[in-house]
Amino acid sequence: MAPPIHTMLAVACIGFGAAASIHAQPLGLPPLHIPADNPQTPEKIKLGDKLFNDKRFSSTGTVSCATCHDPAKAFTDSPLVTSEGINKLTGTRNAPTVINAAYFALFFWDGRSADLEDQAQHPIVNPVEMGLANHEPVLNVVRTDPEYVSAFRTVFKKEPAQVTMKEVQQAIASFERTIISGDSPFDRFYFGKDKTAISAQAQRGFDTFLNKGRCVSCHVIENDQALFTDNRFHNIGVGINRIQNEVGQFAPAFLKAKAAGVDVDKAVLSNPKASELGRFAVTDSLDEIGSFKTSTLRNVAVSPPFMHDGSLKTLRDVVEHYNNGGITNKADHVNDFLSGGIRPLNLTDDEISDLVAFLETLTSPQFAAQKAAMANPPSCNVKTPSLIAAAPRSMLQSPVESSARQP
Amino acid sequence: MTQSSDKPIDRRQFIKTASMTLAGSALPLTMVELAFAKPADNFSFAYISDSHIQQIKGASFVRNWDRGLIRAVAETNLLTPRPDFIMYGGDLAQMGSKPELDHGAEILSKLNGKMYAVMGEHDYYLDLGEYWSKLFGKQYYSFDHKGVHFVVLNSILTYDDWTFNKWPSAERRMAEMAGLDNPNGSPFMVGDKQRQWLQKDLAKVKKDTPIVVFSHSPLQKIYKGWNFWTEDAEQVQALLAPFDKVTVFYGHVHQIQYNQIGNIAFTSAMATAWPWPYPQTYAQAQQLLPKLTVQMNRADPFFERDATGWQFIDIATGRASVNFNLYNNATRTVAFDAQEGHPKDIAYQPEDRRIPPQTHY
Repeated sequence: MAPPIHTMLAVACIGFGAAASIHAQPLGLPPLHIPADNPQTPEKIKLGDKLFNDKRFSSTGTVSCATCHDPAKAFTDSPLVTSEGINKLTGTRNAPTVINAAYFALFFWDGRSADLEDQAQHPIVNPVEMGLANHEPVLNVVRTDPEYVSAFRTVFKKEPAQVTMKEVQQAIASFERTIISGDSPFDRFYFGKDKTAISAQAQRGFDTFLNKGRCVSCHVIENDQALFTDNRFHNIGVGINRIQNEVGQFAPAFLKAKAAGVDVDKAVLSNPKASELGRFAVTDSLDEIGSFKTSTLRNVAVSPPFMHDGSLKTLRDVVEHYNNGGITNKADHVNDFLSGGIRPLNLTDDEISDLVAFLETLTSPQFAAQKAAMANPPSCNVKTPSLIAAAPRSMLQSPVESSARQP
Repeated sequence: MTQSSDKPIDRRQFIKTASMTLAGSALPLTMVELAFAKPADNFSFAYISDSHIQQIKGASFVRNWDRGLIRAVAETNLLTPRPDFIMYGGDLAQMGSKPELDHGAEILSKLNGKMYAVMGEHDYYLDLGEYWSKLFGKQYYSFDHKGVHFVVLNSILTYDDWTFNKWPSAERRMAEMAGLDNPNGSPFMVGDKQRQWLQKDLAKVKKDTPIVVFSHSPLQKIYKGWNFWTEDAEQVQALLAPFDKVTVFYGHVHQIQYNQIGNIAFTSAMATAWPWPYPQTYAQAQQLLPKLTVQMNRADPFFERDATGWQFIDIATGRASVNFNLYNNATRTVAFDAQEGHPKDIAYQPEDRRIPPQTHY
């Protein structure tokens, strides 16, 4: 379906390779829907990769898409709590990974964008992200830089003056559709029927995931694939709990401001209270107050901190939050708008540990290697993933088992 | 009124319209003004019902039922423009006890605005409404609001012999009345005393004044085994018959129902606690269901709030448009259709818009 992810090869000492190959479907993932009006081509993907990494698309020349979706950090900016844009300005939300984002039905934590193409334009003009006043500077670059001129001519058959943001966004989206990743130990265990692929503890954790933990109701697993998301929005008591005493005043005030023309994209990233309204800020729907998109759990272990606001440091913190029934500390007040699926789980300490062990089996081999590399920064001669480092890209279509295990 | 069926107005639009209005003009234009011809007659109120607050032990209550009421109250408080008042439709408690009624009243106390209450059988049959009355006042009464005459009835009374002579204890009486398909149960009724009062009350009201009646049980006969039933429904209907525009709202059934009998439009309220499936009569085939074994027919058991909700109601020129706020589901609106002369669901009339029932295996 796609050539290797060049970005990843370029930035990491250890060269690790593609999440997806042209033909092979990564184990555990469904076929990817490609929009009819934006077919994948190798040239377009390469162009998208270049655009994704171009810092000229920010007001200071220092921030690209890859700044917050860093291929070396599983396409996040871990360990930052919330993303840092131009001039070290911080937004209100934790950068979600681009990995497997192509499978989402809606984009951004609150789903305010309908597809990858649309999503790509917004951070460029958000004042706390890439900070441009409008998209003109982007178009100036792609219409004059000879490499871009040539690439847009090849890919879209457009002369410089004809290139618009539509083509820029399509190329970025095409690139992002190559960043898909399955083949985790869990995939080999569950879909590959390899009973030794994950530990006994992780297997117990999987049982808790399916049953007592109620996780699977939102982090969905199908018979033949698992995206670990229901593509829906839920109030799980994160973020909203901080502003719950003010919702009565603030939610109507936000709607008023929105009706008066306030840009939702800018408001939710610059105003922490607006941010915590979640999907309500997009839909105005009362039963979506404080609701955020169910994230995929794939590769979750390599991109702490967690949740839309990065407020939970470890996976154990996350599981405990759910175990408490939507409150981080047992003494906290449960927010009035909590989703009906969230309730105390009465998990034991062991069950919580099992669940965390299970979550750690959802890491694809290349990101497990990355994590290992990051844990050993002075030298890039990491032993564990050396098979991957040395492997030709084609080999990575079916990852080498020993390299894929958690260290 | 016909405009409303051409252009369904959902809750989201209601809030949007309201907020746009707030931003755009000093004079609040309400959603109803956009929809209907005589703005001066229009107002809205919220309607919450059937929370079934249930004590487990001491200060421990069933969390699910608590959360349903808490959420309905919090969301009602966000309605903009503010509803003129909030009606609570009965069955605040499960077994009618003081702790349950107190706990429910505490949650309801967070409501911003004037609240009225209707007696439900779960509030009544332990102490025959004594403590409920201390908290909420009269069990039947009427009031006038912006040209509409509102009547609240206690429709869950039954035969004196059943109430006073049949049971060894108040707890047993409450438990028997709480059962479904219970041969020991007894049909609900408004009773002679209240009907006499109603006759007197309505005698003062002009026939073209819109009447809105609240009862806990339906003032129509639907299914006796679950007391979707009021024994003297026809007699109450007869008292309402002389009026041009009558609307009856009821709780108890935990599902959306609407009907028209003569001049009376009926609409039910959703429960905040749990949904009921349709009773056997609605299956239109023999089911041989000895007792209720499948609690939730269509609801998603993971999302405890699924198939529950609350409603806000616009009264426009004396006719009601009921907006059901349903968690995890699309909002539904049941509005009176003046041309057809009865209430109807705005969205789900065409066959192809309907959602077929699930099959149980």
